Amino acid sequence: MSAHAASVVQGAALADSLHSSTGVDVTRCYQCGKCSAGCPLAGEMDYPSSVLMRLLQTRQPEMDEKALRSHSIWLCLSCETCFCRCPMEIDIPKVSDFLRAEAVRQKKVHPAARNILRFHKSFLDVIHYAGRLYEVGLIADYKSRSWNLIQDVAMAPVLFFKGKLKPFPHLVKNRRALHKLFKKTQNEEARP
Amino acid sequence: MSRIGVFVCHCGENISATVDCGRVAEVCGKIPGVVHSIDYKYMCSDPGQSMIREAIREKRLDGVVVASCSPRMHEPTFRRACEEAGLNPYLCEMANLREHCSWVHEKGEATTEKAIDLVRILVEKVKHNHPLFPIKVPVTKTALVLGGGIAGIQSALDIANAGHKVIMVEREPSIGGHMSQLSETFPTLDCSQCILTPRMVEVAQHPNITLYTYAELESLDGFIGNFKARIRKKSRSLDEKLCTGCGLCTTKCPNKRIPSEFNARLGQRTAIYVPFPQAVPNKPVIDRTHCTYYTKGKCRVCEKVCPTQAIRFDQADEIVEHEIGAVVVATGFNVKESDFFPEYGYGRYKDVISGLQFERLLSASGPTLGEMKRPSDGKTPEKVVFVACAGSRDKAKGIEYCSKICCMYTAKHAMLYKHKVHHGEAYVFYMDIRAAGKMYDEFTRRAIEEDHVHYIRGRVSRIYERNGKLIVQGADTLLNAMPVEIEADLVVLATAGVANEGAEALAQKLHVSYDAHKFFVEAHPKLRPVETNTAGVFLAGACQAPKDIPESVGQASGTAAKVAALFSKDELTREPLIAMVNRCAPPLYSTCVGCFLCQSACPYQAIEREEIRDRSGKLIKTVARVNPGLCQGCGTCVAFCRSKSIDIQGYTHEQVYAEVMELFA
Amino acid sequence: MKMGYFPGCSMGGSSREYGESLLAIAPELDLQLEEIHDWNCCGASAAHNLNKKLSLALPARNLGLAGQQQLEELLVPCAACFSRLAGARHELHQDEALRHEIEGVIELPLEQMPRSLNILDVLQKVFPQELNGRLRHPFAHKVACYYGCLLVRPPAIAQFDRPEDPQVMDQIMQRIGAEPIDWAFKTECCGAGMSIPRTDLVGALCAKILEDAVSRGAEAIIVACPMCHSNLDMRRSAINKAAGKTYDIPVLYITQAIGLALGLPPKKLGLHRHIVPVRLPERAATPVLEPVSAQEES
Repeated sequence: MSAHAASVVQGAALADSLHSSTGVDVTRCYQCGKCSAGCPLAGEMDYPSSVLMRLLQTRQPEMDEKALRSHSIWLCLSCETCFCRCPMEIDIPKVSDFLRAEAVRQKKVHPAARNILRFHKSFLDVIHYAGRLYEVGLIADYKSRSWNLIQDVAMAPVLFFKGKLKPFPHLVKNRRALHKLFKKTQNEEARP
Repeated sequence: MSRIGVFVCHCGENISATVDCGRVAEVCGKIPGVVHSIDYKYMCSDPGQSMIREAIREKRLDGVVVASCSPRMHEPTFRRACEEAGLNPYLCEMANLREHCSWVHEKGEATTEKAIDLVRILVEKVKHNHPLFPIKVPVTKTALVLGGGIAGIQSALDIANAGHKVIMVEREPSIGGHMSQLSETFPTLDCSQCILTPRMVEVAQHPNITLYTYAELESLDGFIGNFKARIRKKSRSLDEKLCTGCGLCTTKCPNKRIPSEFNARLGQRTAIYVPFPQAVPNKPVIDRTHCTYYTKGKCRVCEKVCPTQAIRFDQADEIVEHEIGAVVVATGFNVKESDFFPEYGYGRYKDVISGLQFERLLSASGPTLGEMKRPSDGKTPEKVVFVACAGSRDKAKGIEYCSKICCMYTAKHAMLYKHKVHHGEAYVFYMDIRAAGKMYDEFTRRAIEEDHVHYIRGRVSRIYERNGKLIVQGADTLLNAMPVEIEADLVVLATAGVANEGAEALAQKLHVSYDAHKFFVEAHPKLRPVETNTAGVFLAGACQAPKDIPESVGQASGTAAKVAALFSKDELTREPLIAMVNRCAPPLYSTCVGCFLCQSACPYQAIEREEIRDRSGKLIKTVARVNPGLCQGCGTCVAFCRSKSIDIQGYTHEQVYAEVMELFA
Repeated sequence: MKMGYFPGCSMGGSSREYGESLLAIAPELDLQLEEIHDWNCCGASAAHNLNKKLSLALPARNLGLAGQQQLEELLVPCAACFSRLAGARHELHQDEALRHEIEGVIELPLEQMPRSLNILDVLQKVFPQELNGRLRHPFAHKVACYYGCLLVRPPAIAQFDRPEDPQVMDQIMQRIGAEPIDWAFKTECCGAGMSIPRTDLVGALCAKILEDAVSRGAEAIIVACPMCHSNLDMRRSAINKAAGKTYDIPVLYITQAIGLALGLPPKKLGLHRHIVPVRLPERAATPVLEPVSAQEES
């Protein structure tokens, strides 16, 4: 805990914005570790879920920063195992969602997670365009963002011949409604 | 005309610092009906009290108002002073000039005026006071102790040794409770049965104690000092006078595969059985739900082999009645089983067991005769994982409290395991180590430092079985929540302590409060832990909340002291500030119309029906009657009464009305 | 039984065989499905990972459209879509102000939001009590029923079966003659949306799942979610790489298993579209019809 942390006044602690936005109260967490113990990817994470809770509980800007910049929040699969077992019924996946959106908003995404973010963005771009997932479009868009050109290239012909890859997208009829929907929720969305 | 005395106290500077006491005395002296009015520095002191006594005698006072501190401080003091001078103590009232006036206001005219008002209105009230006399209720000096565990045993022995009679009622075939199931107790590692059984025998042999085992309370009526208990002695299917306790029947019974309750279902017993070798009384019981004779009509081997022909298949339950003065509830607690945990296997893994089951494995009288063998295949477990806080401190599972004893017994279990299996590895997954008793922390440190038990801070998320091993998935929260996976041979869950089966039904029989978790509720959590809000019913042991043996024993002795205090008098004196239904001359007899709204409103079941009959026995009317032994003077009935027929003595409608009207005068 | 139908995006693409097998067995089970007109993507993980309002608006639009079609119940075969639709309904039910806000975004009323049912819930309801002669080829194999995450979690949203060691899929499989094994990875995550951005993690997670199933004698994995199928089947090479060994065990959709048992041809059920060839050992039909209960084990 650094001395200057106490003097930072601007902006509410992340835990408070989290509470007003989602209703989740991190003070309920007593660091039992059951969430981390059951998390399938805890071993890969820099801050497993119980540690993320602790970072937020300190209500210190540097700890909030660590939480936002963590790799963990992007690795989180939203498998809901932690929430299901948490003795204090804390909606941890909701916390992850909140931190992810906030990390993008504040441009503090962990470097190793960039491809994951790119994937989500590509996905949403395709939905925005077509209304339904168009897998070829998704992969093309993702490759253009991630420059991961080789991955899955070998799979493409196999999938195509098995009839699992549609060459053309199915466009939703009322695309206008969909555009409006995206526009109205835009100010929440992550900007690239 | 009244002759009231007003005594204004300075209370050192407490009152006089902000209130002009002299002026209060002067002004109040002029109130019609006040014949004496003085002020003094310390009214509660000996000289102060003397002043009151002298004034009563000299001025023939028929009412006293002491204007000083809160009645909660000195009401008994001043009432006694009046009584000594020959004035009925309930003709003495106190005006609280301290807590209600001087301590909460600044010095000034308004404060003094308020003080004068406070005295003025009480003077008016006192003009309407009547002499009241304490109520006397007789006391039966017999205690009923429900529950024969360590708390019940301690309480019963203390009460019996104080010279009073005790009736002990125990639901199981033997007394001893959970303590008899333990192998060794913390922090001394005393053999549990060795320290318990002498007391059990003492109870059985004590001339003042009547012991009913395999019995339950059927009903309890009455009130403090005057209860009537009906006890159901469940049929043992045995003539106890003929049975010598030889145990031959238990060895010959062919029905051997019934899960043993005493062994926490890890072992088996016969249909006719004695729960454990040191049982008190050492007489068997036939379990009619499993016995072949009762379920299928065949067998009767026990009857054939019994050397004294003591078996009585057609024996019925018996109801016995006793007059009781006080009830001690010491019915204990229970622990959750492994099937309570979906994430630990729903109870289907034989080697995931509860702490109580592990006690039985450790115990020399247990299913493995004290050898460390795991339930599934009897192999010696090389790696044992102990899961603390299994179910406790868990809002999601509905048990948000801490079960108190688990940290200690988990350390004990780990140590005892290591003592039996020297090369074995013991792991404890914990959240905190709660070792707050005498020598407790030293005990847990011993487990870690001397017996090399591995303590890992983190809760276990999941346990599953693979190839005969139990995979335990936990985390080390002190190492950045690093996942820890252990392949264990045996897992012991320190399961939550919960209220015993039947607690709710018993509480309702006794009219005792219980909480959301079905633990019985004490009268005050800090200052009255062994009493309940029901006069005459006391609590001892874990039925109130999970606790360990020293606390249970200490509490049980405390309960016994309360009971002994109750029994120290032949009569109980109660404050007469209770409700009373009015009576007047015939033909009305009472303004009470017999609607009995008060009876349903009364939280203490203190209102009864009384039949008013004429000389020939014909019923004139049925009215309400307050039982002076039970009424607590709460006033709920007064608020409900539509005809204003019921009133609180000392706070009648008349008195309160006089006070209020004087305020506006 | 008639109900609404939300296919979800994968049915048309990489999980085509799921849709095919579902529509193939629907008439056999007397299930009439009315597709929501012009439905859109539910938002999957991408929406909730980045934008809360969007993650509610996308599924809500589908609920609104379904409401306009007077549909009261929806079959949602994809577990993720099911979770999003049920989750949106749950949240908008509780928060009236939020519901009005989303109604404004999607320009559709949400007064009557239809209830979403997952595939197992519906199958359990429509599966006939008496199969008798209809069970042409009892699925007499040892199977590992893999539920994945979102069919049973979080309990407040899924409101289905039990989150630890669920039983419904096992019971359905038993009714078609299979022998479901008791195994430890029924609800452990397959890696979900990491299929493309972190294929290595999917490989590692699925390797654990397959290892447990195979070591306990399973001959097939049965799934009820396109994402799970894709990770366990399409990503088999990544799994083999992570495990350092080759797994041959096929992954079937429950609809395909039922189709096979009812005697439908494998091609109609899309079995040829799998990456891992569906080869099951031949065995004499020995249907086991007693219900599996949790207490039965050991």
